[in-house]
Amino acid sequence: MKCVKIDKKLFAGGIERLQTSYRLFGPVKDNNFHDFQALHVGETPDPTMLNTRLSPKSIVYPQSELMFEYSLDDSKKDSHILKEIVADNSPRVVIGIRPCDAKAFLLVQHNFDTLEYKDPYWVRAYEATTFVGLACNTPCSTCFCTTAGSGPFHEAGSDVLLVDTGDYYVAKIITPKGENLFKLAGWEEEAGSDNAAGEIENLKQAAEARITTRVNTDKLREKRTTDLFDASFWEEFAFSCINCGTCTYVCPTCWCFDIQDEVSKTAGVRMRNWDSCMYPLFTYHGSGHNPRDNKTKRLRQRFMHKLKYYVDKYEKGIQCVGCGRCIRFCPVNIDIRKLCEAMNNFEPAQKSI
Amino acid sequence: MLTYIDKIRQIAEGFLKEGTVDMVIGFRRGTLPLMNEPCLIKRPEDVKKLVWDSNCGINLANYLTNRKEKIGIVAKGCDSRNIVNHIIENKIKREQLFIIGVPCKGMIDRHAIEALFPSEIEEVVEDESRIVVTGGGVEQIWSKAEVLQENCTICIHRNPVVYDELVADLVVEQKDVDRYEDIRRIEGISPEEKRDYFNDLLSSCIRCYACRNACPLCYCPTCFVDASRPQWVGKSQDPTDIETFHFLRAFHCAGRCTDCGACERACPMGIKVRVLTKKLEKDCLELFDWETGMDVEKRAPLRTYSPDDPDDMIR
Repeated sequence: MKCVKIDKKLFAGGIERLQTSYRLFGPVKDNNFHDFQALHVGETPDPTMLNTRLSPKSIVYPQSELMFEYSLDDSKKDSHILKEIVADNSPRVVIGIRPCDAKAFLLVQHNFDTLEYKDPYWVRAYEATTFVGLACNTPCSTCFCTTAGSGPFHEAGSDVLLVDTGDYYVAKIITPKGENLFKLAGWEEEAGSDNAAGEIENLKQAAEARITTRVNTDKLREKRTTDLFDASFWEEFAFSCINCGTCTYVCPTCWCFDIQDEVSKTAGVRMRNWDSCMYPLFTYHGSGHNPRDNKTKRLRQRFMHKLKYYVDKYEKGIQCVGCGRCIRFCPVNIDIRKLCEAMNNFEPAQKSI
Repeated sequence: MLTYIDKIRQIAEGFLKEGTVDMVIGFRRGTLPLMNEPCLIKRPEDVKKLVWDSNCGINLANYLTNRKEKIGIVAKGCDSRNIVNHIIENKIKREQLFIIGVPCKGMIDRHAIEALFPSEIEEVVEDESRIVVTGGGVEQIWSKAEVLQENCTICIHRNPVVYDELVADLVVEQKDVDRYEDIRRIEGISPEEKRDYFNDLLSSCIRCYACRNACPLCYCPTCFVDASRPQWVGKSQDPTDIETFHFLRAFHCAGRCTDCGACERACPMGIKVRVLTKKLEKDCLELFDWETGMDVEKRAPLRTYSPDDPDDMIR
């Protein structure tokens, strides 16, 4: 694998050169938090970030996305005809995405980009995007990526992985997309691959050693769905839950959306917006019946989906990359690590009557 | 305030053993620094899980709505006022409740500390007057007064207004507090400036509704933003819909909000939503001489009809 060395003094120059070929997104600090934003000319990703508050999923999958427009004006020839709104799918690059978040796109891909179904909005945006990962030298106390199918130096999902070695970034070029981007940026100084590999390995081991929490997921697959569904622990975990959508909206792997029409006079649009399984309306039937009519059922759905249904359906592990955002931002400290432990260890003998 | 916990556990254990209550609602230690989690204790032997420190900012009255059991509840000043409001609004009965009153000295603003601290916070240790924060090889010490939630710094009802047992002597209430400095400033700016101010205030809202759901007042079976037949509010990131949610929610809290700060504490985006509810609190104080949740016998001004109402529109 090709490794390229970038003198940090030359980093901004390369980023500036990329501006002519790509729309750039990177972590920027705003109001005490880092979030991914479009980088304007002269702007570079903030190297001080641990991780962003919101995941970068919105760069491919916006919270609100227009799909169609139509007119209800009968005097027009094309009234009542849905016309696709074509989004800007010009090449874009996400610079400084953490390996957990890059991996998350691959988990989401199992839903949006399959042999049976292709979500054209997600697929087009994803294919237009090049991901420049930034390995995590300093994972947080809430990170459990190493036991959630990812890791601070994980390469899956990134087209290039940058490793911060102090004065230099060492970049592992992973895909042709990444190689092309590096050419356009003018970053081509090859790093002696033996030295570079050793340096990266040392940093990787140091980073992994900093991750002190883990989840055990080995027994989730073998559990009976109905046993877990009826487990006695849901009530206790759900007690403090306020049923807000924070966990789902900060999560890099939550993909649910709701389709809405909005009409102003005779001009209409059809859009999709993120939705959350924490909300009552998520499952509210037209009949007025709601099969998930209380917060315990809704909380159970979120964790069953991530840690059981997904595991069974795709056989690719859990629908979680261990970024820890839901733990940090939950207003009442519901902790997925505890839920996962309870599910993984659950024995039906504990089943409530 | 750290000494309260023994008494809280002792009272809770007594209530549970005697069968005075079916359950006690309090806080247990969270998995992160600066976070305690609301919890439900049903067995006397579990009272040791209960904790009390300056990270109990979530309003526990939120967990009482429509419950039918006999409940012991740990209540600081603002929680107790929301309990009063719940009683007035028939969301819980006074007879069901055994209130463990906690004279409060203010809760720590976890968002502020996270913003001030240069690294990830690994550990927080507090004593009566200071907190020591460590992480990433850095240690920083603050006096608690410097890092309280803003609503706590201007709180004038730290003591519970209603309780069955008290865990400690009442604290001295803060006097000569100017609760509305920020509101007066906003009242004084031009309509255009207000427009810009509110646009900016709410621009980062992700519509997670954590503010609403952390609020004890927001117990409507179906919130107006969730109504679908008809649907009143759009669901997208359109600023008008986002502002409609926040403004209408604030109006719905008029004369009912105790400024407990749970909304801001819950907001993952750090939005200062209290400026909206505080404006209405100020109006209720000035127009009706009304403070929320001080008396279970008094109905809120917007639920009161008086033939002597000074306003022609009502008469």
